[in-house]
Amino acid sequence: MNILEVKNLTKQFGGLTATSDISMNIEKNSITAVIGPNGAGKTTFFNMITAVYKPTSGDILLNGKSLVGLKPHQVSQFGIARTFQNIRLFNEMTVLENVLVGMHQNLKAHWVGTLLQLPHIRKMEEAAKVEAYDILKYVGLEDYVNENAGNLAYGAQRRLEIGRAMAAKPKVLLLDEPAAGMNPKETEKLTNLIYDLRSKLDVTIILIEHDMKLVMKISDYIYVLDHGELIASGEPDEIRTNKKVIEAYLGKGAVAND
Amino acid sequence: MSALFDKIAQNKKNQVILFIAYVVLTGLGLFLLPDSTIAFLLLLFSILVLYYLNFNLRAKWVTGIAILAVLVPLIASHSDSYQTYMEVGTLVGIYCAMALGLNIVVGFAGLLDLGFIAFFAVGAYTYAIFASGQASKFMPFGHYPLPGDTFWIFIFVGALVAALFGILLGIPVLRVRGDYLAIVTLGFGEIIRILLNNMDHPLNITNGSMGIASITPPKFFGISIGNASQFYYIALGIFLVVIYVVRKLENSKLGRSWKAVRDNEIAAQAMGIPLVKTKLAAFAIGASFSGMMGAVFAAKQMFVDATSFTYLESTMVLVMVILGGMGSVPGVILGAAVVIILRTQVLTNISDWLSQMSTNYGIPIPPALSPEKMQLLIFGLLLIIFALYRTQGLIPHKNRKVDVELLKKESAAAALEREKSTSGGADS
Ligand SMILES: Nc1ncnc2c1ncn2[C@@H]1O[C@H](COP(=O)(O)OP(=O)(O)OP(=O)(O)O)[C@@H](O)[C@H]1O
Ligand SMILES: [Mg+2]
Repeated sequence: MNILEVKNLTKQFGGLTATSDISMNIEKNSITAVIGPNGAGKTTFFNMITAVYKPTSGDILLNGKSLVGLKPHQVSQFGIARTFQNIRLFNEMTVLENVLVGMHQNLKAHWVGTLLQLPHIRKMEEAAKVEAYDILKYVGLEDYVNENAGNLAYGAQRRLEIGRAMAAKPKVLLLDEPAAGMNPKETEKLTNLIYDLRSKLDVTIILIEHDMKLVMKISDYIYVLDHGELIASGEPDEIRTNKKVIEAYLGKGAVAND
Repeated sequence: MSALFDKIAQNKKNQVILFIAYVVLTGLGLFLLPDSTIAFLLLLFSILVLYYLNFNLRAKWVTGIAILAVLVPLIASHSDSYQTYMEVGTLVGIYCAMALGLNIVVGFAGLLDLGFIAFFAVGAYTYAIFASGQASKFMPFGHYPLPGDTFWIFIFVGALVAALFGILLGIPVLRVRGDYLAIVTLGFGEIIRILLNNMDHPLNITNGSMGIASITPPKFFGISIGNASQFYYIALGIFLVVIYVVRKLENSKLGRSWKAVRDNEIAAQAMGIPLVKTKLAAFAIGASFSGMMGAVFAAKQMFVDATSFTYLESTMVLVMVILGGMGSVPGVILGAAVVIILRTQVLTNISDWLSQMSTNYGIPIPPALSPEKMQLLIFGLLLIIFALYRTQGLIPHKNRKVDVELLKKESAAAALEREKSTSGGADS
């Protein structure tokens, strides 16, 4: 069953076509990778799904319902959470608070109730903190609960972004270069974490990643973009040997010379 | 020496003794030197000392309220300057509430507002119009002025009308960001002031530049409230309510939404936070504090006109927030107190002294150099100094820390609970 369907998605920035006529079917509970050289349009693709950008044309369907035209926070409420390539944490808030913000759509606390200190709201806040702590433990940040997010090391910040997105209990989780800037050991840990996440959260994962080892290891299916166009798609073994893909990464002639 | 001091300061019992000694000394000081502004300020300073002590929170609150509500008025009442002192206290209360309101907008939500005094004006005029004969000039029904008992309702009406204006400002303004937002809010503040100054025709709503006079003083169970020592308690009461609201909101879902929007709009939206609603809530709630105090201000002055709500006043409230520490509740309170005391006590004292000098010794001091006139320069310099050397303000904001050990325990307990319920399910 497809949870997410992307139909003929195109985005133009003035004269530049960032993505052109992309169609994808993402199967429920799968891990799908979107790869391609720099500037291929991968992040733009995520930005259209999450309504940061409005597509020039085409459609995005989550369980058959179109997401196009919604506001970013509405898309999030429909069950899509994401991380960002250029980390976007709430730097002046604590690590725990960052995760609590991730939970927002699941916390039904009206501010009037907060002022009246209604018992059920206090209880909910307390439970939310425990849940947030569990998430931090899961991503390995339980020692930094009260630290400001901006003070974390780079790799820890990436993991916090994943934790924050997890907190939203999404149906679809979009990870934009989660391993960027990590050392091999960190990357390996992250790979296992992502792999584990799928069954733990019963979530569908789409990830953008340049680390081919990671991609090949955990993806069920791979889409390859180049200059905004979808040039190949298939299972990891098919992609590994696909001529167009090798050309896109290494330049024309690379295959012939080999 | 400082090690000894540390040792004394760390011991709780010593702290209590030292604090009581401080309060008794400064209290005695004010009692013996009733006209010394410095003695009065030192007594007020005990609140700050209290803030830094290591007691439990409830004890601090009770002590603080006792000092402000009982001790200070009691001792000050012996002084000839009693009403002046209470007037200063009232002003501090009014501006503290306002600064805490602006702190929600600037400190929590990160929206620079340079026209914040407009909401104070709106609250003030709301009470002024209906508690004077002014309303009968344009209202087709009702008898005006309304009696002083309605003042208590007008505290809420003022808050509500100001909140509405906050939303009114917010809707067009939230399309712009950063510097543009600052410029637009500055414009909004001026528009409100100019409107108030000119709405005497075609329909006379605000009485234009003449202002609104003979505003009915509030009535409390038949007692007419007319002097500063009584308004002091109204301001103190509202101020305490405002602190309660701010502290509860700060660490609630809404408070976190504000800070998330401040730190990163795109990520906040991606986490499901509606941008416009969240920002409007900041504007509305922040404005409502000003609106309440506006009503108090109008009742206290018994006269309002647009000159009380100039751009300078907006700047002053902003200075309070920046000086005290953006986002920091105790900081902003201290900032407001410092600015008001500087303006009403220190600067006037210096200018009195200067004018004495010039009459006694014939030293000519140009009127342009009087500290009262130079306050813009002085506050400007203060801002620059803080921007350069202490950007977080007098008492920097600190995020509330959670008790990690407690979380650990609760997390383990919850895990056990889950395990029990799943294994229980398997058995049946
Ligand atoms: N807001 C924008 N305005 C104009 N051009 C943009 C904008 N966002 C992206 N682009 C352009 O669209 C193209 C695709 O960019 P995108 O960020 O999607 O690439 P990417 O595949 O994520 O690359 P990378 O691997 O470097 O992250 C680039 O040429 C980029 O310059
Ligand atoms: Mg990218």
